[in-house]
Order: sequence, then structure tokens, then C-alpha cells
Amino acid sequence: MAQAFAAGLKSMDYEAVIGLEVHAELLTNSKVFCGCSAKFGAQPNENTCPVCLGMPGALPVLNRRAVEFAIRAGLASRSTVAACSRWARKNYFYPDLPKGYQISQYELPICTGGAIDIDTSAGSKTIRLTRIHMEEDTGKNIHDAHGDSSLVDFNRCGVPLLEIVSEPDIRSSEEAGAYLRKLRTLLQYLEICDGNMEEGSFRCDANVSIRPRGTTPLGTKVEIKNMNSFRNVERAIDHEISRQAAVLRDGGSLVQETRLWDPDREATRSMRSKEFAHDYRYFPEPDLLPLVVSNEWIETVRNALPELPDARRQRFVASYGLPEYDAEVLTARKDVADYFEAAVRAHANAKAVSNWVMGEMLRLIKERHLDAALIIRAWPVLPERLAEMVALVDGGSISGKIAKTVFEAMVKTGKAAPDIVAAQGLTQISDAGEIDAAIDAVLAANPDKVAEYRSGKDKLFGFFVGQVMKATQGKANPQKLNEILKKKLQA
Amino acid sequence: MSELLRLSISEANDLLSRRKVSSVELTTAALQRIRNSDDRLRCFLTVTDDLALAQARRADERLARGETGSLLGIPLGIKDVILTKGVRTTAASRILENFIAPYDATVSRRLFEAGAVCVGKLNCDEFAMGSSTENSAYQVTRNPWDHDRVPGGSSGGSAAAVATGQCIGSLGTDTGGSIRQPAACCGVVGIKPTYGRVSRFGVIAYASSLDQVGPMGRCVEDCARILSVIAGHDTNDSTSVEVSVPDYAEALGPSCKGLRVGIPKEYFVEGMQPEVEKAVHAAVAQFERLGAVVSEVSLPHTEYAVPTYYLIATAEASSNLARYDGIKYGLRRGESDGLLAMYRRTRAEGFGTEVKRRIMLGTYALSAGYYDAYYLKAQKVRTLIRRDFEKVFAQQDVIVAPTAPTTAFRVGEKTSDPLQMYLSDIFTISINLAGLPGISLPCGFDAMGLPIGLQIIGRPFEEARVLQAAHAYEQSTEWHKRSPPD
Repeated sequence: MAQAFAAGLKSMDYEAVIGLEVHAELLTNSKVFCGCSAKFGAQPNENTCPVCLGMPGALPVLNRRAVEFAIRAGLASRSTVAACSRWARKNYFYPDLPKGYQISQYELPICTGGAIDIDTSAGSKTIRLTRIHMEEDTGKNIHDAHGDSSLVDFNRCGVPLLEIVSEPDIRSSEEAGAYLRKLRTLLQYLEICDGNMEEGSFRCDANVSIRPRGTTPLGTKVEIKNMNSFRNVERAIDHEISRQAAVLRDGGSLVQETRLWDPDREATRSMRSKEFAHDYRYFPEPDLLPLVVSNEWIETVRNALPELPDARRQRFVASYGLPEYDAEVLTARKDVADYFEAAVRAHANAKAVSNWVMGEMLRLIKERHLDAALIIRAWPVLPERLAEMVALVDGGSISGKIAKTVFEAMVKTGKAAPDIVAAQGLTQISDAGEIDAAIDAVLAANPDKVAEYRSGKDKLFGFFVGQVMKATQGKANPQKLNEILKKKLQA
Repeated sequence: MSELLRLSISEANDLLSRRKVSSVELTTAALQRIRNSDDRLRCFLTVTDDLALAQARRADERLARGETGSLLGIPLGIKDVILTKGVRTTAASRILENFIAPYDATVSRRLFEAGAVCVGKLNCDEFAMGSSTENSAYQVTRNPWDHDRVPGGSSGGSAAAVATGQCIGSLGTDTGGSIRQPAACCGVVGIKPTYGRVSRFGVIAYASSLDQVGPMGRCVEDCARILSVIAGHDTNDSTSVEVSVPDYAEALGPSCKGLRVGIPKEYFVEGMQPEVEKAVHAAVAQFERLGAVVSEVSLPHTEYAVPTYYLIATAEASSNLARYDGIKYGLRRGESDGLLAMYRRTRAEGFGTEVKRRIMLGTYALSAGYYDAYYLKAQKVRTLIRRDFEKVFAQQDVIVAPTAPTTAFRVGEKTSDPLQMYLSDIFTISINLAGLPGISLPCGFDAMGLPIGLQIIGRPFEEARVLQAAHAYEQSTEWHKRSPPD
């Protein structure tokens, strides 16, 4: 019987229960409790002052802009923004934490509740949020750069963060990925976070447990850290689900612990177990007053909210007549959607512009790593220039094929399409006489092929087209070429 | 001792503005006095001769241009938990032995902008934790009235230096009585302002929800003058309050007519020194003679003040002192043995016994499973204590009580018994918990010739009324005119 039971366990089907904690760095100009610049990329410890260095006697002063950003996030995620929330100290020792405590929120966070809607292959689903709270970021320890000793860079210390905690509503790595992408898109639309996982401005920890499918009690929770890309989050979750299932199937039991994802080994390893979990000794921060947010403030922020991604996607379908898929891809990034709309304003062929943006443009941006953090950097083609090029195609000045060449030249040189077309002589040949002459020359050079065609080998038509195109350097107007060639071959 | 060093601020101010004396002369006299007396008294941790003379010269230039200002050119001392840019600031701790302050505390800046002269940094209990200044990592300050006795604490250096004429006035800090109790022990005046009245920016934190900076001087008016300069809202301290600052000295007068004075019965306890009780009762009678209406009142939660304080203050301290970790500044030990060893050795060698005791107490009170029973409970009791005062102040204008249960005790007398030491603050701690202003001023001497302190407590932001009552009493008595033996 024991064997039968074990066999039952082995064949048991498990369901994953996943909650995500996201840390989003806010794009304020200055830090959350002092006036230092919050910008990334300065020389080590350039952006520091007595407050963010935890000097004796220094006191925090709240940056109201960071609060406004938190309210934006709360409203956009349908959270309740608290009229009064409270700062708390989270106490632990670490070199990158200069005060020996992090100013955070604990019992009374600024936002509670809320939800994010996601779409997956299985359909749409709502992931509830537990809370959103504000806190300060830590510095960065730098090891092995200076002999045996470690260095600390406090530039990041005090940069405002939102911690966004989901309910354990996520059931798969796919849902986790969809949730993170959706959340990142939302924060980007709100212009409060650049969402760069590699640079660490958008970080994610996952709480993963499994339970036999169809049961409700929660299994033992494992926290996974150190996942610095969406793909790593998905892989780490998949790996952790399999690992937990394997332990249970072998009759073992899971321990509540924190595990680190090792992307090179494609595995998680234990960092600390529950017994060694920190006691953070939270208590209300006596150096700051409770955070009071008036209704007027909330309404001011609400009225200034930009169009959010879901609404924009629907509008792209309704007002531009774009397919759902196009609308989805274009609106996934605010900068891309803005670019698209600017181009369409200049030349109202939405589908053609969409094809160019989704196709060539996103491909080149990806290939050349011109984007970082969902903000297009160093993309040389202004939306009006793209529109101008599409207009050349639509007006018959260049062929779609030539357009690709022109577009690549635009990206390389930053020049306008008409200039490139003129300089390289790429204007489409639509003049019947010119095409006529080119065809005659090709037919004259290939009498045997002409004979074969005329005896029924229709497939050779393409050969003749290719030869004429070659002779005209691809500039022949394809429609006219087809027309005239057909006539001549029939003759 | 130079007569210059017995001047009040207004007397010195008068001489300075009439060019009868220069700030350099005044400052030189103070520095001379420190040189001659401080090897016995041990009030100063750092004497800032060069800074003082430079500031004095600048003050003289301003005076020569006809500028006026109540502190212009006046030599003051600053407790060593208050940051003074470019000057060593240690909090009387080994862990900050070589720490040069990178910026000025708001109170330091305000003093310096007003033209005050800093003669040096004053000894105190390490991180302001103590009631005798014996917890200083560097030296034991002596009571000027009897060198075998303590000056009180934690602002013992600030009190003793003023009493003995090493400076005209000083700044102290008061978390549970640390200005008022040493003022009482040394026979000087010291006021702890309302929480939020004076900026804490640049003041090394002990217990953030209780700490306040305040002035110490040889008369009420001197304290009023200093307070007018340091008080007021500061954008760098979110807990400082935007309430306008009156000219406290201007408002002083001789009358207490109609002043409603409450005498809390809980502040006359068994075990207190009979001479203290007698002196305070005599002072109350004096208030009646000045026209005050005296009633007995009750502050029923008084007995919980000491335990409440030692939970809240230590909890905050355990967090506030976490930054002294050897990483960024101050003492560093054991760095070659890894991070944990570095933390352990730095803090083991950097902190003294009392500081460690309070860090451990506070860490315990905040720990998971104990938070509700200790820290949270203490916060609730704190609210009850505050309400006690609110009820009394609905009927009374000020409360008059002893500052400390005894006069200054002997050096070493209580160092082995922390609980006995904690009881030195039994009458002052509630006022910090309630965030109220409280002053201590001399109201007599015991048989051994040691000064006795009288405490006057007011409503939030009513420092002017507290100072007025204190001034009226002081001017009707002779106590403040006595000086310790030279």
C-alpha cells in the first residue's frame, strides 16, 4: 500500500502558486530623502551628501515628486491610495546600507489592493496586487576591483523605489512573464520608471510554491532572487517548479528558504533558510511625519494621467483600423506607439507605417541594441522621415523593394528618403519606353529561353522579370514591367 | 577669574556694542579660563582656540560696522553631539574619536550666523546616554561646586562650563532630562524646548522622537536670548514645526500675576532628598507671593515614565546607532577578518558599556515576538502620559516641580547600578515623552552647598510663558547670583 501511495505521489499533478515582488526605481530627478541627483551613470559616490551617506546627525526630507509617482502607479493599477501612510525603518547591517536601516513602509503602505490584467495563450486573467509601497534604494558593493578589499558606491543609495507586491495569483512562468511585461509597460507609460532589468531599475523576486492540483492549502514557499531579465524570471520559475515537484515526488519535504538563480548553471541554489531569515525590527520612522495625501492631490494626479496601454491598444484598432496584433506590438512600448502616431500624422497610411515600424524598424533597433530601458536611444530616423518614405512608396516613386534599401540608408546616414533616392538614382522607372527597351534587350539576349516560354514553360516568366530588374538595378516599376513583358512574350 | 566671565549675555552685549570690550578680549578670557581650569573640571573634549579667535575677530569687525545682535561676539560652548563643520565631533564616543564634522548642524549654523563664538566642544555621556557624564569615553567632568561630585548628565560639560565661567552660555541636548538635570546639579539654567521647536539636523541622534537641543546659561534671560536664535522651522528637519519664534528675552518681566501653577503630587516621592522637597515648596510659596495661583494637580501615569522611556529611547537608539559600523567613517577594527568580524570588533571596541546596554535593550524591544509587548505598549503609555499633561494644562498655565530627586551625587556612586542612575531622571523624562518645554533653574542649596533645581513645564510652544515664569522667580531670588568656588 505504501508503494501504491508513493506511486500516487509520483504521478501527482502539481500546480504552481507564484507571487512576484517588483522593485521599480523611480525616474525622479533627485533622491527620495535628499537633493542629490538620482541619475544613473555618474562617477562613484559623485551623487552623495551627508543625508544619503548616513552621516551622523543627517535627517531625511521627503521628495514630494516621488510620492506623486507612487500615486500615479496606484491609480493606474486600480489601487487604493491611502490618505495617511507611514514610513518605517527596516533594520539590518550591510555595507551598502549606510544608516544601518532602510527607510521603507511597512504597516501602512501608500497603496493597497489594485490589479493588473494580463493576456496569455490561455486567455486573459487578472492578477491582484497586495500593495505598493515606497522605499529608498541601497548603494552598491563592488568586490574584487581593488585587491582584497571591497568598495561601496552610494550613488544609488536613496533613489526612490516602488515595491509592487502581487497576490499569489500567478500559476505559471508564462503568466509571470506576461505580468512583468504588462507592469513594466504600465510604469513606462506613466513615465515613472524606465524598466531596465539589466541595469537594475526594474527588479523582480519571485515567491514560488506548489500544491497538488485541485487543492487549496498553500505549499512551502521559496523565494527566488537574482533574476535580471524576463527570460531569467521565466526560466528560474520553471526550474523551481520542477525542482520542488521532484523533491515531493521523491518523498522529500521542502524548506522555506531564499534561493538564488544562477543563469549560467540554469539552477537555483540555497542562500539562507528561514531560521537565518532577518528580523528587520520594523518600527515607525521617527524622523519623518506620517505621509498625508489629500483627495485634491489624488485628483490632480488622476487628471494628469496619460492614456494607458490598454486604452491605447483599443484606440489603435478602432481609429487606425489596425489588426489586434499590430496594436498590441505597437502599444507595448510607449516610445514605439508615440513614434507610430507621429509618423501616421505625417502620412495617413496606418497599416503601411505599422508594417515598417513593426518590421524593419524594431528589427534594426534590436539588432543594433539602440534601445535600452524601453526608451529608444540613438534611433536616427525621425517619424516624419519614415512617413516621407512611405509616401514615396505609396506615390509610386520607389518600389517596396527599393524602399528597404532606402530605409537602411536612412538609418545609416540619417538622410531623408528623397535625397537618398535622388543621390543614388533609385527613382522607379515607370516610363514605358525605358522599360520597353530593357525588355527588348533581355529578350534579344535569350532567344532560346523565349522559345521555351512560348512552347509552354510559363515558369520562365520570373526569369525574365529578374533579368529586367537586374538590368534596371531593381528600379523598374514592377506592375508596368509585368504588363509590358507579358504583352511582348505573347506577341 | 576675569570679571568678564561672570557677565550675562545682555551685559556683555552692552559692553561689546559700546566698544568697551572686544569679542577677542572676551574670547581670550574664556580660552584662558578653560586653560587654567579644565585640567581639573574636564568640561571640554576639544578647545577650538583658532576657530574661536577667528570668529571673535569677525564679530569685532561686524560690531565695528555698527552691527548689533544679541549673540554677536559672545563666547559659547557646544555639546559634542552637535556637528560643527571642520571640528572634531565625537559624541564622547571612541567610535567617532577622529570624526571631523563635514557640515554644520542647523543650530551651529544659526549661532555662527548670529556672530556667536564657539570656544569648544563640551563633554557629555557617550551619545548623550547617561545622567552623570561618567559615560564619556574620554573623561569625567567634575561638578564645579564639589569636584568629587558629578555635574549631572548627559550635558554635564555644557552645565559645568557655564557654571564655572569657561563660556557665557552653551548648547546642550535633552532626551530625558539631559539639559535640566545637569543644570540643576551645576546651579545654572537650562531649557528643553518643545519637541519640534529647534532643528535636530546635524545633532547626533540618540532617540529621535525625544531629542531636543536647548540653551544653558547662568540666568533665564541668557537662555531666552540663545533660544531666540536657534529656534524655528528648518526645512532639513521634517519634525521641526512651523510656529513663529518670538523674541523670548523681550517678553520677560517681573510679574506672575494670575499665573496658574500646578504642583503635581506624584513629583514629591518617598526617597527624594528632603532639602530638595523643601526648596521646591519654598519656591512654590515664592510664586504665590509673586501673584501666582497655585493648585495641586495629578499626573497619574508618572510612575510608568521611566520604563516607557527606556523602551522607546533605546529602541530608537538601537537603530540610530547602527550607522556606526566602521564602513564610512569613525573607528574601524578587524577589517582583515571579514565583514562580520569588522562589524563586531568595531562596535565592541567603539561603544562603551552603557551604549551597548541600551542598544541591546532597544534591539530586544523591537524584536519579532516582543514588539507588541514592549515597543507598542510603551507608545500607548506615552500617549497616556501626554494626555495627563493635556488634562492638567486645560486648567493650569505651567507646572512646577523638582528637576531631580537629589542634588549632585558622588563620582562613581551610581555607576555600578544602572537602575539607580536611571532614577535621576524620574522627574524630567515625562516631559520628553509628552514633547513639552521644560526649564530648570536654581532654587536653593542643600547643607553641603550643592545647588537644587526647580523645574517649570509649559504647554507645547509656550516657551515664552515658561521663560517668563522662570525669570520672574529668578529675579525675585538671589540663587542665581551664587558662583561655585573658583
